[in-house]
Amino acid sequence: MSAITRDEVAHLARLSRLALTDAELGHYAAQLDVIIGAVARVAEVATDDIPPSSHALPLTNVYRPDEARMSLTPEQALAAAPAVENDRFRVPRILGEEA
Amino acid sequence: MSLTRNTAAELGALIASGEVSAVEVTQAHLDRIAEVDPQVHAFLHVAAESALEQARSIDARRAAGEELGPLAGVPIAHKDVFTTKDMPTTAGSKILEGYRPPYDATVTARLREAGLVIIGKTNLDEFAMGSSTENSAYGPTHNPWDLDRIPGGSSGGSSAAVASYQAPLSTGTDTGGSIRQPAAVTGIVGMKPTYGGSSRYGVIAFASSLDTPGPFARNVLDAALLHEAFSGHDVMDTTSIHAEVPPVVEAARRADVSGLRVGVVKEFAGEGYQPGVLARFREAVDLLESLGAKVVEVSCPSFTYALPAYYLIAPSECSSNLARFDGMRYGLRVGDDGTHSAEEVMALTRAAGFGPEVKRRIMLGTYALSSGYYDAYYGSAQKVRTLISRDFEAAFHQVDVLVSPTTPTTAFPIGERADDPMAMYLADLCTIPANLAGNAAISVPCGLAEEDGLPVGLQIMAPVLGDERCYRVGAALEKAFEDRWGGPLLKEAPSL
Repeated sequence: MSAITRDEVAHLARLSRLALTDAELGHYAAQLDVIIGAVARVAEVATDDIPPSSHALPLTNVYRPDEARMSLTPEQALAAAPAVENDRFRVPRILGEEA
Repeated sequence: MSLTRNTAAELGALIASGEVSAVEVTQAHLDRIAEVDPQVHAFLHVAAESALEQARSIDARRAAGEELGPLAGVPIAHKDVFTTKDMPTTAGSKILEGYRPPYDATVTARLREAGLVIIGKTNLDEFAMGSSTENSAYGPTHNPWDLDRIPGGSSGGSSAAVASYQAPLSTGTDTGGSIRQPAAVTGIVGMKPTYGGSSRYGVIAFASSLDTPGPFARNVLDAALLHEAFSGHDVMDTTSIHAEVPPVVEAARRADVSGLRVGVVKEFAGEGYQPGVLARFREAVDLLESLGAKVVEVSCPSFTYALPAYYLIAPSECSSNLARFDGMRYGLRVGDDGTHSAEEVMALTRAAGFGPEVKRRIMLGTYALSSGYYDAYYGSAQKVRTLISRDFEAAFHQVDVLVSPTTPTTAFPIGERADDPMAMYLADLCTIPANLAGNAAISVPCGLAEEDGLPVGLQIMAPVLGDERCYRVGAALEKAFEDRWGGPLLKEAPSL
């Protein structure tokens, strides 16, 4: 189908939250183009009358009893955090200066 | 003879009878790791202290008269994609370097309950994405048969550990062949249970509709014992099957194929298959026939579309699953210096923390799921998945099991396919259909390829929840081959 351009890779990288260099954009564009060209074959046999399968087993809506259970303590949950403040995950600013 | 040469079943019996202690067995394997792992690099973390402590506790419980399971005190190498609260868990990625999870995976917990001694965490392709272990951020693992070659992947550390006698057992996860392919290229046994037969809770997710934990061992019975030890329903995994574990140990002991109908998959031969692999495969099929199986050729035309469907479905699921690695709650964080927004920190963290194959798959999945492309790619791949299930269903009306080579080639040299993702993906050609349909499938050794003297694996595929058939056929073949070879295939491996 379509050839993958550097601009498309830049768009995919932005959607994927991956900061790529210019050199990487070109590198991945070439590789993704080959891969996508090869996997596009699936369309050859995927006719309208075939239902899609998202899963190997016929399972739907699996529930367990809604019972309170022990969970992680704040100390355990925060133990691997890159930054902690007042028993919470400290994260970089989310809103812009003007917000 | 060193305790590292015994099977897991033998070690369990020796420990139960008091002939050797669990501490002695654990120490023997730790010594072996110290001796050969500098060359093999199967382990990312060796847990000597906690392993010996656990072994001492097994010995004390046995001395107190407690009835222990058949694998109590036996060492096991654990793929570093299962969470372990007392050991680091990296998934082979820089983004999780030094990470210590606050909980045990269900498989980890069940290993502990069975008294298995976890001696360390094994190397893998980053986030289990790969077929060679070269995608590990911590360097490749080397095949014990030829240190310049790959041990398969993604569970290559686990296959190499068992094949080089550093552990009698190990765990793996199989998303597109990540247990069966490494088992095949290192000359050992590797089993992908029926999807949902073993719990995914605490398995760092790659492609959730495909990921399946399973066992590695040097023989079929040991694999069955481990399979039984960690499988079964788990309330923490919503895709876990609510059914009894198939009678795998009994089947491995039965080892009889008389009257069994065996289907040879017609599509898995020809171009791209190494002649020595096909020769060993045909020999194994003849052997099954001589043991009383009825062999017929079966056509599964959609199987040729399994590889492209997989390389759309698995990346799509991974692009979603790996969104959790955002540098906010655990793992690496890069660029948090007050000048970058949270979104920029996420992008810098992921760029620094993920390797090239992971980035490729995340972008490929993002592409396949994006509007305008969804129907042509992800949607079509899901339809192929239906066709593959139908092919299996039709085949299992005619036969009890399907067989094929596990891999088209033997172990390739490290570096050979590193810059060619499509060539790397071909290693999974024969193993992927069972993942897409959820079937059980095993790889057992069937000899050495004539042209390179490297191990070849035979794949046996069974219906969903028909796992015992894999073990029954695998054990029968193993027995017949070992009679012919005068012992296990691994005795042909060069000593390290």
